[in-house]
Amino acid sequence: MSAVDVLGAPGPPPVETAAWRRRARGLRGLPLQAKIGAGILAFLVLVALLAPLIAPYGQNQLDFDNILSAPSPSHLFGTDSTGRDVFSRTLYALRVDLAIVVVVTYIPLPIGVLIGAMAGYFGGIVDSVVARVIDVMIAFPFFVLVIAVIAVVGPGVKGVLIGVPIVAWALYARLARSEMLVMREQPFMLATTALGYSRRRAILRHAVPNLMRPCLIYSTLDMVVNLLLLASLAYLGLGAQPPNAELGSIVADGQSTLLTAWWVATLPGLVVVLFGVGAGMLGDGLSDGRLRGGVQ
Amino acid sequence: MTDQLPLLRVEGVMKEFGLRRTASERVARSAAEAHRAVDDVSFALRRGEILGLAGESGSGKTTLARCIVRLIEPDAGVIELDGVDVRAASGPELRELRRRMQMVFQDPYASLNPRMTVATALLEVGRVHRRPGAENGEQFVRDALERVHLGPGIATRRPRELSGGQRQRVAIARALAAGPEVLIADEPVSALDVSVQAQLLNLFGDLRDELGVAILFVAHQLAVIAEIADRVAVMNRGRLVEVGETAAVFGNPQDEYTKALLAAHPHIRLSRVAS
Repeated sequence: MSAVDVLGAPGPPPVETAAWRRRARGLRGLPLQAKIGAGILAFLVLVALLAPLIAPYGQNQLDFDNILSAPSPSHLFGTDSTGRDVFSRTLYALRVDLAIVVVVTYIPLPIGVLIGAMAGYFGGIVDSVVARVIDVMIAFPFFVLVIAVIAVVGPGVKGVLIGVPIVAWALYARLARSEMLVMREQPFMLATTALGYSRRRAILRHAVPNLMRPCLIYSTLDMVVNLLLLASLAYLGLGAQPPNAELGSIVADGQSTLLTAWWVATLPGLVVVLFGVGAGMLGDGLSDGRLRGGVQ
Repeated sequence: MTDQLPLLRVEGVMKEFGLRRTASERVARSAAEAHRAVDDVSFALRRGEILGLAGESGSGKTTLARCIVRLIEPDAGVIELDGVDVRAASGPELRELRRRMQMVFQDPYASLNPRMTVATALLEVGRVHRRPGAENGEQFVRDALERVHLGPGIATRRPRELSGGQRQRVAIARALAAGPEVLIADEPVSALDVSVQAQLLNLFGDLRDELGVAILFVAHQLAVIAEIADRVAVMNRGRLVEVGETAAVFGNPQDEYTKALLAAHPHIRLSRVAS
């Protein structure tokens, strides 16, 4: 074969097939960081789902004999100024907040990915228009928009459920679009055209599954942002209305007694922190370079 | 052979890439300087032949190959597959023409969807184009793999679990699953190491002999073309400078550029010239 090797390019390194396959199968292949993050989130979700079973007291159960008592085995997070069990209230609040966070994060995601993927794939005028709309959406002060929506629909979680998705899709659309601009030049996307596939098939079956990964990684960060937004609105009294609890409203209630009874505001706040740490670790771990394009 | 109607006819194909104008040029409305990547190229691909397209990097080989299947829209010229005008087609008609002219890309690491198993990717082609046998998925995949001398064992794997040579074979199998009459192979072996290159070249030869598929084989390595092509077309700066039987062109080059190109690769063993 001397005729062939005149200009033979050096071959790529061999792939350690078996090791890679093991790596890629399910959760076992994830970095430790992502596993811990997923564990924390799973724990919080589980606790929130089981709140009625776990919570030792009702969320609005008053007990005037036990006002502002410090954390103890019977009141893990202590009690607030009307004797309500902070631990029970935190569990119920977590339930409400997590449900809203999941909805306002994962409903805009597929919409944004689809819009961004189409803009990036078709290019031209479609892309220019979508890109400008995205810019406008992202440039608009997010918090102000949500408060404006609340001003229209009234206080409560409804404002968040409507206001956040109006803007949040644009973040995913921007991400998906920029990934798509690169991906459409990749041979495997060119191949979908050369193979005679429809554009619809090329986008939905070939591009979108490959775009989902960066968007899902980003969504872990977005969840934290949304949880903080919820907590901030509740803190301002624009979230779930009393007596129902949200993490932010518990913190707001406890603020006036922060110096005498630190636990009322601090311990629910730490739950928010725990969620943020968990989601951050998961997102960070998922974006680990070794797994690029690998997780199923 | 020569009086046969060509399967693929390319005539006067041209493609320019406009260079980006600077702001002052745009204000002055001066014409952007264009780079002519493919300049008035004409050739014919006969049924069942392997036509090598040679030329150095940047000579427009890949652009030409992509123009033929309209991955890049040519600016001018005629492209006919079996008498059907490729440039005038659109929609389902164009998709059918693309089915008949399949493409194999240079980089086997990027030309397969990383999320699809081999079986899914192969079967998708069969299902989309309603190829005979595609109803029976498992058999269809096994046949497709057998055509490129791969065992059925790799059907459940994803591209990253395959070697470069295996990937390129899968990419070829995917192209063949569409039932093409023309295979446009754009530097299909240059990303692979030498022993794998040799196997793949043999495979292309076998495919021509067994399936009767005509192959436009783009390569910058003259040795590769000498090994496999019946005829060779030499491209330089967007133009075809010489077309002819491989032995004739490599044995007695007429064009100055071809001579220079051959002189740059003094070790070519021209087995066909000797025979």
